[in-house]
Amino acid sequence: MASLQAEFTKGLWKTIAPFRLVLGLCPVLAVTTSGINGMGMGLATTFVLIFSNLFVSLLRRFIPTQVRIASFIVIIASFVVIVELVMQAYFYQLFKVLGIFIPLIVVNCIILGRAEAFASKNTPIMSLADGLGIGLGFTISLFILGLIRELLGAGTLLDTPVMWASFEPFSFMLKPPGAFVALGILLAFMNLITQLQAQKGGGR
Amino acid sequence: MGEFLLLMVSAILVNNILLIRFLGNCPFLGISKSMDTATGMGIAVIFVLTLAGMITWIVHTYVLIPLNLEYLRTIAFILVIATLVQFVEMVIQKTAPPLYEALGIYLPLITTNCAVLGVAIINIEEGYDLITSIFFSFASACGFALALVLMAGIRERFALVDIPKAFEGTAIGLITAGLIALAFSGFMGLG
Repeated sequence: MASLQAEFTKGLWKTIAPFRLVLGLCPVLAVTTSGINGMGMGLATTFVLIFSNLFVSLLRRFIPTQVRIASFIVIIASFVVIVELVMQAYFYQLFKVLGIFIPLIVVNCIILGRAEAFASKNTPIMSLADGLGIGLGFTISLFILGLIRELLGAGTLLDTPVMWASFEPFSFMLKPPGAFVALGILLAFMNLITQLQAQKGGGR
Repeated sequence: MGEFLLLMVSAILVNNILLIRFLGNCPFLGISKSMDTATGMGIAVIFVLTLAGMITWIVHTYVLIPLNLEYLRTIAFILVIATLVQFVEMVIQKTAPPLYEALGIYLPLITTNCAVLGVAIINIEEGYDLITSIFFSFASACGFALALVLMAGIRERFALVDIPKAFEGTAIGLITAGLIALAFSGFMGLG
């Protein structure tokens, strides 16, 4: 039980995907113009990640090693198509905003990375916990980055105006260059926290 | 011809695939640390992307549409791209060993480069014909190579400067990318 919990929580801080591993950056940068968009993308990715991890793990004894990457991609692509069709049917607004980045979940390196590094070697339950943890970590990162860019770029939080009346929206944050800079600063901030923690822990 | 020139300028500068459309950012940050690798990757991407743009267009128009299987586009394209990359790798290995030496390690990485799948999907969604698709794929890939080489050029200089500890590594890379993107958004008016 303890290790199950460990597999789940490692995705939330220790190996939180976009920041620590710097993988799957394209959607992170492209769709985080608001908190809601970021969360939608994160949840879609989490769904694919959980099910691809589960199925890769269930089939791990039947997939020959030589063709494993191709098999993983087919499994991942199937779930991406499901997400694509479901979102088109029930969340059309979000589907329009996320656009090309929904089919591109297929080539998100995080998902293939987890399939190869974790799910193909561990039991289905463990892989499920791993997928859920990494997926939620990814969602939280996108949500936070989206909130920051929305707050500074449009002066709103989840579409509600929160800044004072004379606040001039800093529209640079919503533009592509702002995405790079915002993520860079957030990353530096996380490095700083880690360094401070290490110092406190006796320079581990 | 003027139309193609406009498309070229738009794909390379105004809507640069890496900096404005955000496709293919993993290799952008991962392998832009030295000029040699950046050039190698750039050439490999130009090669594969142009071929992939052509073949996915043909598959979509002559296989998926007649069979009413458009909803399988994502799966079909990724399989085509994965196979193509493998095939290109084998052909180059047999016919041009020096080229293989130079590009070899970058080719497998291209399968999961979202720029390739992204451009293939853009070709279809914009309704380009075959010639325009090939041209657009080539131009996008050139934009990719340009941004990658620019980035590598700047990152090589980082060895000589004093960077705050928290910003070391990827963080400063992202800020740099942001500044390059800012420069590129100056081309916005050209379109």
